[in-house]
Amino acid sequence: MAEWYDAYAYDVLVIGAGGAGLRAAIAARAAGASVGLVCKSLLGKAHTVMAEGGIAAALGNVDPQDSWEVHFADTMRGGQGINDYRMVEIFAKEAPERVYELERWGGLFDRTPDGRILQRPFGAHTYRRLCHVGDRTGLELIRTLQDTVVHSGVDVHMEITLTRLLTDAERIAGAFGYRREDGRYVLFRAKAVVLATGGWGKVYKVTSNSWECTGDGCAMAYEAGAELMDMEMVQFHPTGMVWPPGVRGILVTEAVRGEGGILRNARGERFMERYDPKKMELSSRDVVARAIYREVQEGRGTPHGGAHLDISHRGPDFIKKKLPSMYEQFLKLADIDITRSPMEVAPTVHYVMGGVRVEPGTGATTVPGLYAAGEVAAGLHGANRLGGNSLSDLLVFGKRAGEHAARYALGLATAPRADDGQAAEERALLARPFERDTGENPYQLHEELQEVMSQNAGIARTGDGLAEGLQKVLALQERAERLRSAGSMLYNPGWHECRDLRFMLTLCEAIFRSAIVRTESRGAHWRLDYPDQDPEWGRKNVVVRRANGEMRVGTRPVPPMPAELARLLEARA
Amino acid sequence: MSDGGSRGTAVEARPEQARWEAAPPGPRAVATFQVFRGDRTGGELRAYQVPVTEGMVVLDAIHYIQHHLDSTLACRWNCKAAKCGSCSAEVNGRPRLMCKTRVDEFGGQPITVRPIKVFPLIKDLVTDVSWNYRVNKEIPPFAPAPGDAGPWRMHPEDVERLFEFRRCIECFLCQDVCHVLREHRGTDRYYGPRFMVRIAALEMHPKDTASREELLHGKGGIGYCNITKCCEEVCPEHITITDNAIIPLKERVADAFYDPWRALLRRLRGRKEPRGT
Repeated sequence: MAEWYDAYAYDVLVIGAGGAGLRAAIAARAAGASVGLVCKSLLGKAHTVMAEGGIAAALGNVDPQDSWEVHFADTMRGGQGINDYRMVEIFAKEAPERVYELERWGGLFDRTPDGRILQRPFGAHTYRRLCHVGDRTGLELIRTLQDTVVHSGVDVHMEITLTRLLTDAERIAGAFGYRREDGRYVLFRAKAVVLATGGWGKVYKVTSNSWECTGDGCAMAYEAGAELMDMEMVQFHPTGMVWPPGVRGILVTEAVRGEGGILRNARGERFMERYDPKKMELSSRDVVARAIYREVQEGRGTPHGGAHLDISHRGPDFIKKKLPSMYEQFLKLADIDITRSPMEVAPTVHYVMGGVRVEPGTGATTVPGLYAAGEVAAGLHGANRLGGNSLSDLLVFGKRAGEHAARYALGLATAPRADDGQAAEERALLARPFERDTGENPYQLHEELQEVMSQNAGIARTGDGLAEGLQKVLALQERAERLRSAGSMLYNPGWHECRDLRFMLTLCEAIFRSAIVRTESRGAHWRLDYPDQDPEWGRKNVVVRRANGEMRVGTRPVPPMPAELARLLEARA
Repeated sequence: MSDGGSRGTAVEARPEQARWEAAPPGPRAVATFQVFRGDRTGGELRAYQVPVTEGMVVLDAIHYIQHHLDSTLACRWNCKAAKCGSCSAEVNGRPRLMCKTRVDEFGGQPITVRPIKVFPLIKDLVTDVSWNYRVNKEIPPFAPAPGDAGPWRMHPEDVERLFEFRRCIECFLCQDVCHVLREHRGTDRYYGPRFMVRIAALEMHPKDTASREELLHGKGGIGYCNITKCCEEVCPEHITITDNAIIPLKERVADAFYDPWRALLRRLRGRKEPRGT
């Protein structure tokens, strides 16, 4: 056999090693499948590690009135009704068991005085619901899963970027890409693939996301024929750092507000009184982000264009115990002692609610054998995600996707055949930037793309701005045909950026096309030219798929809720 | 809104910020970065001129070089907020996280950035840290009693003392400065401080039932640590690695292998209590 790539074969290939990928790998292995797990970075460094505030699950340890029904209603309301209620129901019911399971695997959370898992309040959660450990819950989650996965018989492949899903006719057959440390191409033959590749916040300039969040998985799925949904729904977290310039966008956890932090404008006014007098700082993220945006737009912003977030009234001991990494982060990076002074914060792109459309219970995409879980999958969060719901999402749907992928793989009568021709095609695409002496600098293009996204698909949108943004993205796509890279395939970030950029450009086109279609304001999607919610749009999800090489946009009906679940929403309205 | 008097009661004056506004850095302030470039076959320091911005960290400078001067410069990074532990390097000879190392700290002196020394070089600032992952796999995982399925009640104090160990972000800076690993090339006989912290977190977990004393005494090589505390000095998470992890583990091993009566006594009193506390 031609040996221009390293080859591996598994029943199930899991792409991505954040919370969802790790949980999926554990589940698929437990179901009897052989499993390969591919990390884009080192194991344990995935973006989940940055999650801070907590895991939402209705344990009722602090507020015994809490229940899955209330969590269900809060999540549906947070998503403004366009979530898939079937996913939300599964999610709210299974989240508690997934948290207890973490504890059985060695994870440690803050405790109540009587020794149970402590829960903190968070935006738009009716009760105190977030299981947490200080402000480093994501680290605890990922370390616990990481230490479980390495003893579960899963093969871990680190620092590999997969750039193409391989198919055998319709079915998934594996994936192809490259390994950083030796610059080799790699090909994974697999009967089933679980995408757990996270989001694509890196298409924006001001974001809490790491370099990895370029949406490879979503774009690969799209290229393989999968349907995407809710791509217009991009979450702006209300509180990112704003100063100094190098840290702009780094997350300031919602736990600051959960623990009593107060937002004020430059005049010292507690402005949330005007936007959500009931929930105040703990309103949902879309509402708080818009409020800060408005304060700045109307001239009441802080010197660097944000708001003040003050927790100093809770005292140094409390702050250092409950928010240690925030304390350290501001002290070291911004010269601010948050036990004495307020933080300066502004909205930052944090999360994408949209992604690959999946079957609610299994994570199956529209491509046979391809599954998706976590941020890359759409449907659970609708138009706005509640804080804390992401970590439980990863666990609940990571497990389900892993199990169902294993079941599918082990049940196949004939194994799919990974096509060398597809791999060779992808190799040609990957190698192109080396074949030019002159061409576009990928970093330059990325910066221009980020500028377009911030200007034209930001927190406040208009039809004209979106149309203009789409044209700009299409122009950038053309220029991306002429990307150039120097050097070799050995650990070459400029070269890596070339392929990442193509993925990002595809997803940005989907964001614009979807956002243009949704002529209303809902959740994170705020149209200045359509400032109100339109009940018609409340019954539709925007979907995108590739047909004849072109991006097609359509809609699907939101699955109607059965009466007994709809009543839960009314009961708490 | 300018920094007028209207903030009065709500927001205190912040001298730090006032300084930024009063004295923005000169627009063309430039710093020289000497960055190691090379691979397994060899390499050298290369100089780059990088414009300095307010509050800039070393990782910002590396990114500037990648974006504007040489896109082939290899380094690891993820979160840029000291939470993932990817961007470890030796800055002016000291193991640091580049995302947390401020450029203004060096007062305009040239800044030298090299890869961490203890692990084999891959390219530029990237080293092969896979040994750490192999070690981690050798450590018996968390093992609660069979059938003890929870939900568990655990005393806050019993759990909170482990938080320090669980804070570890696996930047491996402690491994880089450990004398046993660095000067004596001792990766074949000592797991290094990172994994003493890992084992301490397991051994002191109130629900764990496994014993790792034999491993510590044998392959883990805890006896090689002579408590110079260099690991603690470089830990970006300020974990008290020697006093809180290594010394209690050393005492356990000493009891188990040289003072079986005390080991038995400790077992009877509830073996998960760390000694000496």
